[in-house]
Amino acid sequence: MDILDVARWQFGITTVYHFLFVPLTIGLTLLVAVMESFWLRTAKPEWLRLTKFFGKLLLINFALGLVTGIVQEFQFGMNWSDYSRFVGDIFGAPLAVEALLAFFLESTFLGLWIFGWDRLPRKLHASCMWLVHLGTLASAWFILAANSWMQHPVGYEYNPDTGRAELTDFWAVMTNKVQLVTFPHVVASAYMTSAAFILGISAWLYARKRFEQDREMYRMGIRMGASVALVAGLAVAITGDIQGKIMTDVQPMKMAAAEALYETDSDGCAPFSLFTIGTPDGKSEKWSLTVPCVLSFLAEGDTDASVEGINDLREQYQQEYGQDPGAAYYSPGDFTPYIPVTYWSFRFMIGLGFLVAGGAALVLWLTRKGRAPTARWFGPAVISLPVIAVLANSFGWIFTEMGRQPWAVFGLMTTAHGVSPGVSDLEAWISVIVLTLLYAVLAVIEVGLLVKYVKKGADPFTEPPDPTLRGGDEDQDRPMAFAY
Amino acid sequence: MELTTVWFTLIAVLWIGYFTLEGFDFGVGMLLPVLARDDRERRMMINTIGPHWDGNEVWVLTAGGATFAAFPEWYATLFSGFYLPLLLILVALIVRNLAFEYRHQRPEPSWKARWDLAIIIGSFLPALLWGVAFANIVRGVPIDETKDFTGNLFTLLNPFGLLGGVVTLLLFLTHGAMFIALKTDGDIRHRARALSVQLGLGAALAAVVFLLWTQIDTGNVGSAIFFVLAALALVGGIVMARAGREGWGFIGTFAAIALAVAGLFVALFPDVMPSTTDSAFSLTTTNAAATHYTLKVMTVVAAIFTPIVLGYQAWTYWVFRKRISVHHIPEAELENAGR
Ligand code: HDD
Ligand code: HEM
Ligand code: HEM
Repeated sequence: MDILDVARWQFGITTVYHFLFVPLTIGLTLLVAVMESFWLRTAKPEWLRLTKFFGKLLLINFALGLVTGIVQEFQFGMNWSDYSRFVGDIFGAPLAVEALLAFFLESTFLGLWIFGWDRLPRKLHASCMWLVHLGTLASAWFILAANSWMQHPVGYEYNPDTGRAELTDFWAVMTNKVQLVTFPHVVASAYMTSAAFILGISAWLYARKRFEQDREMYRMGIRMGASVALVAGLAVAITGDIQGKIMTDVQPMKMAAAEALYETDSDGCAPFSLFTIGTPDGKSEKWSLTVPCVLSFLAEGDTDASVEGINDLREQYQQEYGQDPGAAYYSPGDFTPYIPVTYWSFRFMIGLGFLVAGGAALVLWLTRKGRAPTARWFGPAVISLPVIAVLANSFGWIFTEMGRQPWAVFGLMTTAHGVSPGVSDLEAWISVIVLTLLYAVLAVIEVGLLVKYVKKGADPFTEPPDPTLRGGDEDQDRPMAFAY
Repeated sequence: MELTTVWFTLIAVLWIGYFTLEGFDFGVGMLLPVLARDDRERRMMINTIGPHWDGNEVWVLTAGGATFAAFPEWYATLFSGFYLPLLLILVALIVRNLAFEYRHQRPEPSWKARWDLAIIIGSFLPALLWGVAFANIVRGVPIDETKDFTGNLFTLLNPFGLLGGVVTLLLFLTHGAMFIALKTDGDIRHRARALSVQLGLGAALAAVVFLLWTQIDTGNVGSAIFFVLAALALVGGIVMARAGREGWGFIGTFAAIALAVAGLFVALFPDVMPSTTDSAFSLTTTNAAATHYTLKVMTVVAAIFTPIVLGYQAWTYWVFRKRISVHHIPEAELENAGR
């Protein structure tokens, strides 16, 4: 493996790992804030118990999202220094703005939420979690704007004197049409994932004999999780569908690669394949199982539309990108991503996602009108839903990023040209090994903690101190509410 | 003022924010085995920085992002060049941050002891390595005509760089002891104060040598003024701490760190990363900068949001202004353990 491969593995591993935690954080901050607000509104002790229970799990998850994010912030400079030079003028701004707007908000108000139970008035305390959620949305917005620019560069000019892409319109970058649909798709999938988390864990606890007296409460969790997961699942499918159309427009090769469609289908009614075997060089197809017309609909919104195939697109790309002002940055490659990965990751994203949404619908039905699911399989089956949802997210990103290859910035710079020239193989290997091992250990610790706290169930209700009612000073000497 | 100068200044401000704030977190982390006598005291120490450490750390993330946006060449050269030390810092920050969040999640002493070690080492390494890195930035490193760093790890481990590391290490230790003295009550408060005076004397000695060396090597009138003020602030802080005025003592180390970092940036200007290979290859505020348009956009965003961020960060320090003492720490942190 040369440095390019090592750097790509490193980026893939660290980013996918970061994104295991991110969807849960984005969604759980919202759902925990909702639970706390429900408690304030209804004064039902169950809502407070759920708030604290899922709040605890959120914190365990948040910690890992945070520490893996730190690596992200610096690794563009470490492994991708030529990329950073080429795009810094455009790409750096969203990253900097993200830190200033989002990270400060998240970290400060989460600290206030953790330590503020006995320091802040109740409404203010709940608002802290709402602000953390706002921070996660801002975070997603800016980082996705940066990523969308890599998928579909807008608002820039290539400057031959400096040899880099330069920003001409910040607003255009923020309202990139790819960004406008990517953000809702990612946020909806985050909501779906975290709702599945609440659903799965509540259902599992519900089914345990030990927690019989808490069934009413876990039922609330099940219903909340299932409804949100179902609605969010719908939103994911709708936004994903729009994304597919925009993608066909701006990166037709990615759609062809998602389908492993080698020859242009100009008769219309292109089929969507459920299963394909291609030749090992990824240049043509041997056999596939298909559903007629679905691909035409996915790509163009019209069951009769024609869809371009990989082989034609490759020739088009070679003509177009062979002779551009930025040619210094192109390799004369064949402009084709690695088909087996794009093909299968696309299918896994959609398939696993439907599984979660379908599961949520089933649970809603099983628990309708006060009914109670008591079957043995219920708890263990439903607790797998959040895991499946997280996997669907990972496959979605693997598809998006691998489908963009060989470009780092579509049409402007290939991944091969982005890698740091000054970093030695040894250094890159050290970092990929160290980070992978470290991340593996952390995963074991995190899962262990989650399991421990899930098994323990929600703590019994204790009225949190209300600082607005505080009397004498001796109150302040009581132990702190949520101390480390 | 040119926008490039504005952004050079802003990045200096971000690093000042980072070193003055996370500086005391690092100090508290390193002093864990020195100041705390039992688990409750250790928890008390960690709780003094509990609500703040993450917010403090965001200063460095913002500094990284702002460098990327305002001086992409600087970001690219610095982080690909200082690859291994940066990796070490990142690993240290990862385990340290997780330790804060995970240490109290299980009651077993062996679990806690392991995370304590993570806090101590995870605070020590960055406290040392940021100093090494900054000293090398100011002194200059080998950079070729393509703006790439051509040295290796050992290029950075020169005497000047190492001395820089010792200075930040001692300063942060002092700063952390001052913070504990300010934020706790009871016996530990007095131990922390006494220790802050001793550590402060060591820090002052190392800092004076380092700053003099910098001044002779690359200094100018501006940097000299900052360095003198920094030394005065540090000495003032030590004197105040000795006199039992913990608040002023903390302000003293806070100001000393801020002024020293400011002086280093003044000594660096207008370079951002001087080349020792040939000064023609040095990265400067002009040849490493982003376009005027990008800087303008960023300036607007920063002008609006920096005051807001400063406002709510200050507010958290106000909310948690009370001193903590041992009886604030519950006997066992898991009230319902064993259920
Ligand atoms: C629970 C997760 C989940 C589920 C159920 C789906 N997706 Fe998705 N999808 C993602 C999670 C995701 C993601 C991880 O969030 C991605 C990666 C990048 C992005 O924008 O979102 C993604 C990307 C992504 C892309 C690539 C965009 C690009 O590269 O420009 C397309 C075309 C779709 N999705 C389409 C769909 C369709 C048609 C779906 C179902 C009907 C669907 N997704 C379900
Ligand atoms: C958080 C969700 C994301 C995931 C899971 C993800 C995943 C990946 C993966 C798997 C690769 C490796 C592809 C390969 O082997 O070449 C990659 C590459 C890359 N991605 Fe992403 N990515 C994510 C978001 C982003 C974002 C938001 C950005 C920009 C800010 C980004 C920028 C890059 C870059 C620069 C590369 C390196 C070049 C390359 O190998 O393609 N990614 N990403
Ligand atoms: C590859 C590009 C990325 C970079 C450079 C990056 C950077 C970071 C950093 C530095 C943090 C820690 C913030 C803190 O200290 O509080 C973080 C956390 C976070 N990131 Fe990322 N990130 C990337 C990808 C993404 C993507 C694609 C999303 C969302 C769609 C995202 C959403 C979040 C959220 C919500 C958090 C806070 C919650 C948590 O800690 O789990 N990030 N990220």
